[in-house]
Parts: sequence; structure tokens; C-alpha cells
Amino acid sequence: MDFISILSIFVMACFVGYYVVWSVTPALHTPLMAVTNAISSVIVVGALVAGAAEGSAISKWLGLAAVVLASVNIFGGFAVTERMLAMYKKKEKK
Amino acid sequence: MEHITTPPWAMLAYLVAGVLFIMALRGLSSPATSRAGNRYGIVGMTIAMVTTLATHGLASLPEIAAAIAVGGGLGFVTARRIKMTDMPQLVAAFHSLVGLAAVLVGLAAYLNPIAFGIAGPDGVIEVQSRIEMGLGIAIGAITFSGSVIAFLKLNGNMSGAPIMLPGRHAINLGTLLAILGLVGYFTTDQSPWVIAVITALSFAIGFLLIIPIGGADMPVVVSMLNSYSGWAAAAMGFTLHNTAMIITGALVGSSGAILSYIMCKAMNRSFISVIAGGFGAAPEAAAGGAAKVQRPWKRGAAEDAAYLMKEAENVIIIPGYGMAVAQAQHVLREMGDLLKKEGVNVKYAIHPVAGRMPGHMNVLLAEANVPYDEVFELEDINGEFAQADVAFIIGANDVVNPAAKTDKSSPIYGMPVFDVDKAKTVMFIKRSMGGVGYAGVDNDVFYMDQTMMLLADAKKMVEDINKALAH
Repeated sequence: MDFISILSIFVMACFVGYYVVWSVTPALHTPLMAVTNAISSVIVVGALVAGAAEGSAISKWLGLAAVVLASVNIFGGFAVTERMLAMYKKKEKK
Repeated sequence: MEHITTPPWAMLAYLVAGVLFIMALRGLSSPATSRAGNRYGIVGMTIAMVTTLATHGLASLPEIAAAIAVGGGLGFVTARRIKMTDMPQLVAAFHSLVGLAAVLVGLAAYLNPIAFGIAGPDGVIEVQSRIEMGLGIAIGAITFSGSVIAFLKLNGNMSGAPIMLPGRHAINLGTLLAILGLVGYFTTDQSPWVIAVITALSFAIGFLLIIPIGGADMPVVVSMLNSYSGWAAAAMGFTLHNTAMIITGALVGSSGAILSYIMCKAMNRSFISVIAGGFGAAPEAAAGGAAKVQRPWKRGAAEDAAYLMKEAENVIIIPGYGMAVAQAQHVLREMGDLLKKEGVNVKYAIHPVAGRMPGHMNVLLAEANVPYDEVFELEDINGEFAQADVAFIIGANDVVNPAAKTDKSSPIYGMPVFDVDKAKTVMFIKRSMGGVGYAGVDNDVFYMDQTMMLLADAKKMVEDINKALAH
């Protein structure tokens, strides 16, 4: 992909992010932060590339270390979001 | 190894992952759809990871699986065990991990550029990739060290008071310019020292940027670091030409930026002044210098409070960070239940900056089983204080201070606050008359005719009120 295509995706995604995030209810801002944390760990993709590649041992170990860090975030982030969201309940109607 | 190109199916898979992440955030528009949203996020992440493994050779699968198991296990256990009051620390810690992971990935890409498809067979990295890589590492490093400081401050390992270095603005600006200059220089010289210095300076600036920021501004800082972690992921996405990373980075970056904006607005502070730091540094200066005259105030007992609330029609509860510190959310909900049994209409009012991160109070009340449709935001409930018989303030202070509306010299002037002075009775739980809020300003609400000060530990006081109510 050339730079302009990537940049276009980025700019569009910024706008999508802007509108989507404004529609998030303030009551869920903490879960929002937890889940954005989890998804920003998609950086694990880069870590996996480095961890799987041959050619540089240091690079491979850096990649694996990054996989560990990102995995903490992915599993921890989604799990804690799930835990929080499960607590939000509506009033029981009598 | 030759230049790697991502197969079309994989590009499509990354795009799907990106879309699922958008849907994950979209789900948070209401608590009813939020859990489905979280599932979309998990599916998206699975797709992104499986796709990467499938396209990048499975030779190292055992090591990778072990890395995922170690990290994932640690994350999962932490997520299960963490107390809801400690959420801000956890989020700060998670931010630091994203930042550090970005730095490591950047360095890995620098050391093995051919594997990342950003260099020719001679190992010379493409100029554009060098900029992306340099910026990605810099943002990642800032996110890491900044989040570590935020974590230490939130976790109480480090004083929440701002630490002000002399000439810090010049130091910070100089360091930032040096980083940018080096990223520019990196395009002409890919020697290891350049990337090493960029990394080191960025770690330093993250540290320097956060130490002068005081405890009250932490919601902004946590949101800001959230944003940075997104931009770091996006920069890495540019390096790797990966749509999932770019979309996610943009989403998270905007999300953190919007939350920072909301927090700043809720405190009537400009983003620049938060970043410049020092808020809440000197209470004596903030109080206007002159020693305040002792003013009369009324102390109430739990029994009085219970009696008044039992007779009330409408009670609005305003929780603040002090409630979280005292772990009083569960007994508070019991109080709400007891009052509802007496036919009292109970509502909770939450200020955007209550707590140490956006939405923190909402989570704590949800944890205590307070239905979310009894919890209201500032603008939605502020008109109702005139009809309220009791405004019950527990662990909040600055967010009910009328000085924000009237006193131009007050450090919190202009901050939107709850109009508790309109309520017939104000009950104010506070540990003692000595301490003032984080902004270090006195509060006229203490001295109003209709105010009853309930001086005790928040949890103890509410328990006593509950005992009196149960009679």
C-alpha cells in the first residue's frame, strides 16, 4: 500500500473515532478507556511479526517481549471491561 | 528473505478487525449494547492475531504461544482481582505497557527491517519508514514513562503533589525539539546511536511532562496518555502498513483526546494549563493569602440525617473521590435502598471529574448495584436541586463549591458545579473541618444555613445513618 492510501485510511478513521466516541455515554467512560487500551494492543501484530521473523536474534526477543506486554493488555483489558460492563444493571421493574 | 508483501486476504482480514474495533466502541453508546461491543473487540483482536501468525510463518509458534500465555495469564488474573477503586492505576499501568510494547516493536523493526518489509535487501530502511518508526518509538516511550509516573501517583507510591523543576518549560521544549530534530536527522543517518538517543530522550520527556501535574488533574493525564497510546499504535501501523493498527490507533487517539477535552471542560481549565502543571501545588496561595475568619457551621448526627431524609421526597446523592477512598459505595447503595423503601425518590448526581478518571464514579456505583438509570450527569440533574429536599454530598468538595460560580479569584472559577445551595437541606460528609478539596479552596457550602456537616469517615457515617433508618 502506498503512503497516500494509508494516510486516507488514517484520516477517515480519525473522523469515525471522533463521532463514535462522542456517542459513548459518559457513564461508560471508564470501560471506554479500558477497551481502547485493549484494542490499542493490536500493536501485538507488529510484535508477532518481529517474534516470528528470522534474521536477528535481538529483534526476535524484543518482539517476544512485546508480545508478552501486549498480551497482558489484551487479555487484561478485555477481561476488566467485561467485568465492569457486567455490573451495569437497569432498575428492576416491580 | 525477500521483500514481504501482505496477501490480499490478510489485508481484508485486518480491515475486518479494524471495523470490529469501531463496533466495539460503538457498543458503548449504551450499557445495554456494551457487552456485545466488547465481544466484537475480542473477535477483532483474534482475527488480527491469527492473520498475522498465518502470514508470517509459524516457525516460532511455541515461543509466541508461551509469550501470549504468560502475558495473557498475568493480564487476566490482574483484571479479575483488581478492585474497582483501583481502576485508574490499572488503566495507567496498561497504558505504560502499550507504550513500552510500541518502543520494543519499533526497535525490533529497526534491527530487522527486512522482515518488516521496510528495507531493501541491503538493509537500508526506507526514508518514510524511518520517520514513522522514529515517531512511533518516541510516542511509545513518552506514553510509557508518563504512564509509569501517573501510575505511581495514582497508586500512592509517589506524592500526588506536583513536582516543579526550575526552568521546566525550557527543558521540556528543548527536549521535544531535540527529539523532532533527531527524527529528521534519522532520515539521513540510520546509525544505532540516533535511535538510541531518540528513545532515551523520549523516556525522559514523558517523565518530565507528568511529574509537575497534580492529583486533581489526573483524569486529564490518564485520558491524554490513553490518546498517546493510540497515536503510538497508529505510528507503528504506518510503519507496518497495517490497516487494523492504523484504524485502531486513530480510534484510540481520538477517544483519549475527546476524553481529555471533556475533562478539561468540566474543570474549566485549558489543556495547555493542565500540561503546564502545578495545579493544586500551593493551597496557601490558592486561598488568597489571608487567613479566613472562623465562620459558624452546624454539625449534625447520623440520626438527624436519617430523620430528615426519611421525611424527604427527593434526595440527590453526590458522590466524589472520597467515597471511593472510604469504600463507601456499598453502604451508600444500602442507604438508597432503605430510603426508597420509605418512598423517597433517590437519584445520584455525578460530576464529569468526580474520581480519578472519566466515569470512575459510575463504575463504582454500578459495582455497588446502583441501577444506571438512577445515575445522572451534571447537566441532566442540575435543574432538579431546587426541588430536592436533601442534597447528600459524600466525598465530593470542589464540584459543589459555589465559588466556581461567583469568585473570580478562585482557582476553580468557571468550573461547572452542582447547584446544591438550591436544595432545602444540604448534608455534607467530611472527615473533619480542616481539609479542603484538591483545589485547596474553602467551600461556602459548609457555612450555609441549611447545611448539616456530618463529620466522620464516610463509610462509618453512612452505616450509622443506615442503622438509624432501619429503626
